[in-house]
Amino acid sequence: MLIRALQDEGVDYIFGYPGGAALHIYDAIFRQQRVQHILVRHEQAATHMADGYARATGRPGVALVTSGPGATNAVTGLATAFMDSIPMVVISGQVPNPLIGTDAFQETDMVGISRPVVKHSFMIKHASEIPTVVKKAFFIATSGRPGPVVIDVPKDTTDPSQLFDYHYPETVKMRSYSPATRGHSGQIRKAVELLLTAKRPVIYAGGGVIQGEASAILTEMTRYLGFPITNTLMGLGCYPATDPLFLGMLGMHGTYEANMAMHHSDMILAVGARFDDRVTNDPEKFCPGAKVIHIDVDPASISKIIPAEVPIVGPALPVLTDMLALLRERIEADPALLDRAAHGHWREQIAGWRAQHGLDHGLMGQGSHGVKIRPQAVVQCLYQVTGGEAFITSDVGQHQMFAAQYYHFDQPRRWINSGGLGTMGFGLPSAMGVKFAYPDAVVACVTGEGSIQMNIQELSTCTQYGLPVKVINLNNQALGMVKQWQDMQYGGRHSSSTYQDSLPDFVRLVESYGHVGIRVTEFADLEGAMREAFSARLRDRLVFLDISVDPDEHVYPMAIKGGSMCDMLLSRTEQS
Amino acid sequence: MRRIIAVLLENEAGALSRVVGLFAQRNYNIETLTVAPTEDPTLSRLTLTTIGDDRKIEQITKHLNKLIEVIKVVDLTEGEHIERELMLVKVKAVGAQRAEVKRTADIFRAQVVDVTGSAYTVQVTGTSGKLDAFIHAIGELSILEVVRSGVSGLSRGEKVVSL
Ligand SMILES: Cc1ncc(C[n+]2csc(CCOP(=O)(O)OP(=O)(O)O)c2C)c(N)n1
Ligand SMILES: [Mg+2]
Repeated sequence: MLIRALQDEGVDYIFGYPGGAALHIYDAIFRQQRVQHILVRHEQAATHMADGYARATGRPGVALVTSGPGATNAVTGLATAFMDSIPMVVISGQVPNPLIGTDAFQETDMVGISRPVVKHSFMIKHASEIPTVVKKAFFIATSGRPGPVVIDVPKDTTDPSQLFDYHYPETVKMRSYSPATRGHSGQIRKAVELLLTAKRPVIYAGGGVIQGEASAILTEMTRYLGFPITNTLMGLGCYPATDPLFLGMLGMHGTYEANMAMHHSDMILAVGARFDDRVTNDPEKFCPGAKVIHIDVDPASISKIIPAEVPIVGPALPVLTDMLALLRERIEADPALLDRAAHGHWREQIAGWRAQHGLDHGLMGQGSHGVKIRPQAVVQCLYQVTGGEAFITSDVGQHQMFAAQYYHFDQPRRWINSGGLGTMGFGLPSAMGVKFAYPDAVVACVTGEGSIQMNIQELSTCTQYGLPVKVINLNNQALGMVKQWQDMQYGGRHSSSTYQDSLPDFVRLVESYGHVGIRVTEFADLEGAMREAFSARLRDRLVFLDISVDPDEHVYPMAIKGGSMCDMLLSRTEQS
Repeated sequence: MRRIIAVLLENEAGALSRVVGLFAQRNYNIETLTVAPTEDPTLSRLTLTTIGDDRKIEQITKHLNKLIEVIKVVDLTEGEHIERELMLVKVKAVGAQRAEVKRTADIFRAQVVDVTGSAYTVQVTGTSGKLDAFIHAIGELSILEVVRSGVSGLSRGEKVVSL
């Protein structure tokens, strides 16, 4: 009944791992063809695969785990998806209803343990509820502000000897759940009037634009207005990074020009972004001269951190569509409404900031910096070799920030990382989820030697299913981001951020799984190795590039704690 | 400021734990909480009191509204409203105290609902402030046990919180 409901929901892949409480479900999977089950090596990885699949496609990812330890292993993946508003359905086996509450073998209160990190959860009481619950779970996961949903399935409700009538509902109606589908027209009108008064506007767009499939309309509107635009870590790709209006990422490790523009702006149009503390720095000092228009599908995100002058609750696509139509109407009637001279001056000012302290995207052309390879150069090399067309997943640390800063994403859903929770171990399994969704696409995981070891067992899953993802390991022989903070704030005391020669030989390790490993230690070999990894010859192979990068590199710019957005460290010696 | 928030939610297993969990998770405090099914057994009505400034209360109501099982959230303190709380107090009552307790109860329109040779149990209803005042009047020394129901409330006039 459960698997039939998943079929009817159009699910093609389930990422999972079996166990006692889930065995009826696994038997049902065995006896059908439509839903393919992918056997992972750790339940956390199953949830990240489902998550990567969802981020790349926009369709909900599905994971299946057993009760007890299977369920608890899935919690990190749920929290990761929850923080980034990713649609996902996780089905957990549970001990039979009569045993619940008895501390039975492998019993865990999954609904309880996952409650703070799910959008919603269900516990099946009776088999007959299964179709409706599955329908509701998918509806909730994908509508409004998306998020993960848990269905906890006691074993007795999937007993194959008990048969019930099956009917999969076409639609669901829930009197207590009706997410906004449009923006309030009066608010949109107010926002348009405010936009027209702006002299130094910035558009600040986040993951909600990507989730809301609003990248195209946002791009159209931004170009029409000629307003500079910055993206959050989650929003990269929602506006073409190679476009001249694009300022790069903002926030803690955002570009100098993006943070300066935000700080000096007089109007911020926030779309699908939530003024995260990694963006605003000290909210008290946030952009003192700016009026804020905030569009978000989640009313609770609006005015949570920064009060909005004009709040608009609604999905980005219809809101921006209405907004652009109204802007066109107003501006066509009176072209002088837009202060193009002021905007031109503003763009020049921003270009000046960029020229002063912008990121240097030409590191590859400058050749070797002494003996060490700069990690930024590796990302630039990856960008060039993949023509900017790859799906890039990442783990968490310095390498993640370098990837975000130096790979230019021109399309949405190509940049896949754990922004909100910052989950090390996310990169490889999420890349695998993407590869299942798009077998012909180039998928690369930018990782560090720390993060990759948090789900490295999935190399075996890649062998089993022949998944030719590429892994770019920026090996700085340290928990680099931790080390950077220790350098800056703890007098260089590297407490537990290095491994004392205990790292594995990654090349031999991946070879033992049947994959291709290439070690790079010289800058001169970098480009050749990168081309080799993405060559036609190795198209069908998982290639792991283990690249020794400068262990002393820091990520800059970096926001100065407790400051405003324009307070940044720009290098070891300079600050704004 | 003290606020009284009324919540209408699905009468389903787990719904209440989500409401309580939300408060714990987001560091909001709950002063009192009452909950029971309504005339429609599929619905529960919950009243809670909490303390917070406008910004905090706005966040609380928005997050409550986000819970899937929550149907309606109203801050009763935004308008005219009626609040009632019920309290049972067991009071030491020997000798002269017996008359004194009875007199105090009368002043508060409270009823003595159980009597033994050495104790009275008094039932008081009213606003939380009135209940506090009763405890104060009796004097903490002679109080043996107190149980309070928490606040229930609704809006004055024609306004209703319903489907
Ligand atoms: C599961 C988990 N544990 C701990 C952290 C804290 N943390 C953030 S970055 C980092 C270091 C990551 O090291 P590595 O993967 O080698 O990346 P690098 O910073 O060296 O590029 C750590 C430990 C985290 N984000 N996730
Ligand atoms: Mg590292």
